[in-house]
Amino acid sequence: MIFQAISEGTIFAPATAKGKSAVAIIRISGKHTLEILTNISGVNLRPREMVLRRIIHPKNREVLDEALVVYFPKGRSYTGEDSAELHLHGSRATLKAVMSCLLDEGLRMAEPGEFTYRALLNGQMDLAQIEGLGDLIEAETETQRKQAQRALDGEISHSTISWKNELIHCLALLETEIEFSEEEIPEDIKNQTISTLLGLRDTLLNEVKGVDMAERLRDGFEVAIIGPPNSGKSTLLNYLAGREAAITSNYAGTTRDVLEVYMEVEGLPVCFLDTAGIRESSDPIEKIGIEKTKKRAKDADLRIFLQEPNLATFPGVEWQEGDLKLMAKVDLVKENDLKGVSGLTGQGVNHMLEDIARELENRIEKVGVMNNTRQRQAIERAITYLVKAELELAGTNNGRSEIAAEELRQAIRALETITGAIDIEQVLGEIFSNFCIGK
Amino acid sequence: MTNHFDVIVVGGGHAGCEAAAASARAGADTAMITLKYDGIGQMSCNPAIGGLGKGHLVREIDALDGIMGVVADQAAIQFRLLNRRKGPAVQGPRAQMDRVLYRSAMQKRIAKTTNLTTLEGEVVDITYANGKLEGVVLADGSTLAAKTVVLTTGTFLRGIIRLGQKATPAGRVGDSSAVRLAERLDELGFPLGRLKTGTPPRLDSSTINWDALEKQPGDEVPEMFSFLSAKPQARQISCAITHTNEQTHAIIRRDLDKSAIYGGYFESTGPRYCPSIEDKVVRFPDRNKHQIFLEPEGLTTELVYPNGISTSLPEETQVEFVQSINGLEQARITQFGYAIEYDYVDPKSLRYTLETRNLENLFLAGQINGTTGYEEAAGQGLVAGINAARKALCQEKIQFLRSDSYIGVMIDDLITRGVTEPYRMFTSRAEFRLSLRADNADQRLTPKGIEWGIVSTERKRNFDEKSRKLEYFREILVTKSLSPSEARDHGIVMSKDGVRRTGLDLLTYPGVNLEKLVEIWPELYEIDMKTATLLENDAVYSRYLERQNQEAKSLVEDERCKIPDELDYMSMKGLSGELRSKLNEIRPETLGQAGRIEGMTPSALAYILSTVNRRNPLGHARN
Ligand SMILES: Cc1cc2nc3c(=O)[nH]c(=O)nc-3n(C[C@H](O)[C@H](O)[C@H](O)COP(=O)(O)OP(=O)(O)OC[C@H]3O[C@@H](n4cnc5c(N)ncnc54)[C@H](O)[C@@H]3O)c2cc1C
Repeated sequence: MIFQAISEGTIFAPATAKGKSAVAIIRISGKHTLEILTNISGVNLRPREMVLRRIIHPKNREVLDEALVVYFPKGRSYTGEDSAELHLHGSRATLKAVMSCLLDEGLRMAEPGEFTYRALLNGQMDLAQIEGLGDLIEAETETQRKQAQRALDGEISHSTISWKNELIHCLALLETEIEFSEEEIPEDIKNQTISTLLGLRDTLLNEVKGVDMAERLRDGFEVAIIGPPNSGKSTLLNYLAGREAAITSNYAGTTRDVLEVYMEVEGLPVCFLDTAGIRESSDPIEKIGIEKTKKRAKDADLRIFLQEPNLATFPGVEWQEGDLKLMAKVDLVKENDLKGVSGLTGQGVNHMLEDIARELENRIEKVGVMNNTRQRQAIERAITYLVKAELELAGTNNGRSEIAAEELRQAIRALETITGAIDIEQVLGEIFSNFCIGK
Repeated sequence: MTNHFDVIVVGGGHAGCEAAAASARAGADTAMITLKYDGIGQMSCNPAIGGLGKGHLVREIDALDGIMGVVADQAAIQFRLLNRRKGPAVQGPRAQMDRVLYRSAMQKRIAKTTNLTTLEGEVVDITYANGKLEGVVLADGSTLAAKTVVLTTGTFLRGIIRLGQKATPAGRVGDSSAVRLAERLDELGFPLGRLKTGTPPRLDSSTINWDALEKQPGDEVPEMFSFLSAKPQARQISCAITHTNEQTHAIIRRDLDKSAIYGGYFESTGPRYCPSIEDKVVRFPDRNKHQIFLEPEGLTTELVYPNGISTSLPEETQVEFVQSINGLEQARITQFGYAIEYDYVDPKSLRYTLETRNLENLFLAGQINGTTGYEEAAGQGLVAGINAARKALCQEKIQFLRSDSYIGVMIDDLITRGVTEPYRMFTSRAEFRLSLRADNADQRLTPKGIEWGIVSTERKRNFDEKSRKLEYFREILVTKSLSPSEARDHGIVMSKDGVRRTGLDLLTYPGVNLEKLVEIWPELYEIDMKTATLLENDAVYSRYLERQNQEAKSLVEDERCKIPDELDYMSMKGLSGELRSKLNEIRPETLGQAGRIEGMTPSALAYILSTVNRRNPLGHARN
């Protein structure tokens, strides 16, 4: 449990991403917020009212910036404590100067997640909300923002509650059989429980799949460009890289054989992979690298196969449902009705991107509401217990309901880590509303 | 006669008797005051003790050398272990009582208890000064002083009996209700509420056509309540089963508006699990029959208790619907069914010792706390009795935990969650159900009882002997082992993984019991049934017990983290308004209890802990 490590002191941290931006925000939270705010920006700050102030270093009276300053009093702020925001001009130099001024004033740089922790500690939000919020801040694209918003709106809690209710229903059936065996209760209770459990298991398994998709939404979909040498893969990738939104990168762990281009496709984060490294080779070391690249291409969410009329399709990577086949170097082809793409002229690129977006969006339809690993693990744990309960009931051991009930309680517990607690009164309530019981 | 006691117990019902006996065992000079001496040990309703969850409570009371189990064994006329075919954790001993035998056995038991004086009289008031209780006032105006007082007045506080459209103030049929006492509690700011319960009409046995009915005999091998009892004392009898029918339901439906419950006369809540026959007919219209157990109330009485038709319909309707039932065509009603409405004290205002927060040295136990049932009452009586005695004798308080007993589950439920209907025990309330079995109640609690000094030498000797045997045979079972192929030679099928299984492991295999193991290891030959069953039952759940032990450990940790009484929740602005007022009402005594409050969040708990720790920066809350 998290009952320790009570964080102390007044803390601050830049709330905007590193690098150049129009505005840089510094957040401050803690007991001394107002005092320090007054020291650097003057008196008469009114709660939750944003004002333009000059930020002056109290020691040397140097003017550091002209900034928007807003003060949130205790109880009505994100962390629940006295806190403030400074909206500075987004130059690194300004940011650095203000930050060192705050350090001089005795503030401490926040640990990662410390604001959120304080909010949690002060009861400002529940765990699921906080996770949604974390994602919201990280969200770079519109879709991601929606996903994060759903968590914040409590949709995560809603579906968890409905699964929990189904589990409670099953538990109630089992408990009825245990607590009221003397009474006239339907005989097929056990089978009813088993079939409900199996249904729920499938729902949860689907949800876990959905979690994968949700992670893609956050971290990006991978689209591999595949084709024989000289089919224009690199040209296409360079063309994409030249577009404004794209960033070429050398992520750690990337083999030198795979080139990545990260960009936004109609609001979706997409990482294009150039699999230029795949070729026939007899060099054993190179072979290992090639196998890795093939695997990467195979595991990608989508593949674009660039084809030339007189060349065989590329060996080693299979076409999968939803993948695109496009005529390579379509600018050189005379017939216009062919679907194709050219990295040289940009012909067909927009079409290609639309097709990619449509396909990915189709898949997103199936996205569950869970959006991170912790939640996925919780569901997986719940599934494990649920299956054990089902096995116990259907098993040869005469189906000991008290053991199945114990497994179900653990399953419910697992879901509880996502949101809220279960109450035995709910189980009893189920029993008494479904069965005529009692003497 | 002295008029000063360590502990005074008011009420001689199930809570009162157990409280008085426990207090006396704990060494306090104790007095029990009750309306009528003859009413001591009276069963107001169903003449049966035990059942699921309830049987567990009786075993726990017995493990602490309480009196209910022993008395019930003496008065029982039919024993049945409920859920015999299910796992040991959910089996509950239950027995039908001879009402007269029960009362007289209880009165004898009370009479021979040392340190205990019994007084007849009505307590009409309490005396106090500076927020501390000082004594009680009797109807004749005399005052008795005590260091602590346990109130166990059951349904008597402003009790009103309702039968059809009639309403009569009464504590139960034939007893007057306690009004002044209720008014005093009201005045002292005790949060009071209203609850209701009901009872069926009683029938004359000689007018029942028993031959037409299905019989339900008791168990061949009776399962006793007390760890000290060997066999039943009274003659054993059978019960019978019959059913209501469409005609019965039509009669009830026709007169619904004349029922006290359905005529809109009640504002209070009745128990969902103990519905009246009116309730059953209304809520489950597609059921064409409801089961009734016909339970003789004793060997020397003609009274029969028809379990399943509790009602508050007018007399004429009761006669008509009873006589529409198979086997009861000629049945004569000797006492009509009725519903009773009474005051209870919101148990959220109590501490885990059952002492009230409103008035120091006053303890409450039994139905007055919003529970129902003899066993629940007795369990609370025990807790309040021990703690009242220990407080009077300046000894440390005793806390029962959810992880060590059903008693602990009940107390924690009551003081943390309060009640919305009369509270009854169910096994499903105990999250440690697989560890808290009826058969191991003594293993769980008797050592504690010995430590607290409330266990007789006889029981201690008995317990030590049993434990010694248990350890001896357990030791054999964990040291002896078989390889898979050796096991096969003995006809036990398992995978050939080369791993040796100990005797204890083998017990978890289907079809393997101790009898089987005796064949393999003759040194087990001397094992007795009780020890064998205990070991087998432990084995059944061994896989789960480890997990439960882990959870129990962290529960104990959280219970050790005390929250100061005077913590000002209303100023904790970081908490939601709802939580703030809940905490303010319940005033949890430990972090564990706080965590079980409905709607509590990890963040809120973190916040509370941080506040507690900030208040005493040196010696953190955990000690
Ligand atoms: C009509 C009715 C129906 C019930 N139905 C059920 C049921 O279906 N199932 C079930 O489990 N339980 C039922 N019960 C409940 C069960 O009888 C009680 O829960 C149990 O007896 C409570 O024990 P107690 O010790 O708290 O109170 P009680 O057994 O009621 O004992 C109260 C004692 O206090 C004494 N007393 C009261 N006021 C004073 C005073 N001012 N001064 C001195 N002495 C006083 C009385 O004489 C009595 O001895 C029913 C009770 C009633 C009355």
